[in-house]
Amino acid sequence: MVGLEHYLGLAAALFVIGIFGLFLNRKNIIVLLMSIELILLAVNINLVAFSAYLGDLTGQVFTLFVLTVAAAEAAIGLAILVSFFRTRGSIAVEDVNVMKG
Amino acid sequence: MTVAGFAFYVFALTVLVGGLFTVVSRNPVHAVLWLITAFIGATGLFVLLGAEFLAMLLMIVYVGAVAVLFLFVVMMLDVDFAELKAGMAKYLPIGLLIGVVLLVELGLIFGTWATAEGVEMMAAPAVGEVENTAALGMVIYTDYLLLFQLAGLILLVAMIGAIVLTMRHRRDIKRQNVVDQMHRDPKAAIKMVDVKPGQGL
Repeated sequence: MVGLEHYLGLAAALFVIGIFGLFLNRKNIIVLLMSIELILLAVNINLVAFSAYLGDLTGQVFTLFVLTVAAAEAAIGLAILVSFFRTRGSIAVEDVNVMKG
Repeated sequence: MTVAGFAFYVFALTVLVGGLFTVVSRNPVHAVLWLITAFIGATGLFVLLGAEFLAMLLMIVYVGAVAVLFLFVVMMLDVDFAELKAGMAKYLPIGLLIGVVLLVELGLIFGTWATAEGVEMMAAPAVGEVENTAALGMVIYTDYLLLFQLAGLILLVAMIGAIVLTMRHRRDIKRQNVVDQMHRDPKAAIKMVDVKPGQGL
């Protein structure tokens, strides 16, 4: 019988894979964005699993909002990436140093 | 093992394999395709949990829109990905270290985790009388109306922002000037010339 623990374990593993991806692809910002999508997917699986096993729809509503914000974030991130590539001709993260703090 | 249990393990394996290969694959186009695989697995998991609306939303928004957006950007930009992958082996140990530490931490939390008193955990996802989409609609349009509208506003801002960021006016090409066209005067634009036969202009 598949219980809540199975879903939590899966979500934890997916979250760790996402974090691992952030460290592994430190130069490639496209794969960085994809890793962030994986992390958010892990969070969504957690929320939906709790919502299903508690019989409370609030978790699914939250997932809806997380999906919305994640889609907006991906769109804006890729737009910034495209305009950055036009000006610098590269997407390496080390080249993003014009706005030194 | 029941059919639902078998389906869970199939979808869970799809999600994990898709996620892992998204992260480690050398070609970003392959990474996007593995990301789509992971999302399809998650869609199956959501259906198993009884969240059909979110499953379809994930399919349409993520597989249909976000992943294709990634694919477009990857294919549109002429990037030397081999050079970007060069430092991958260097970051592998620290990535693995942080991953294992996080996994251990999550396991520790999992070991001491307990539900609060008075909370009823169900053995299996409940199937209500109202179907999932209708139930979600009733909650969203009553309790979460303001948040729902704000989510729409976020999408609007994201859309306008993406257009503003990526639009560019090229100066080296000819463009149609609508205002000029509409304000053309026939008298200034046409000249009547009386051409004599046999002479030409």
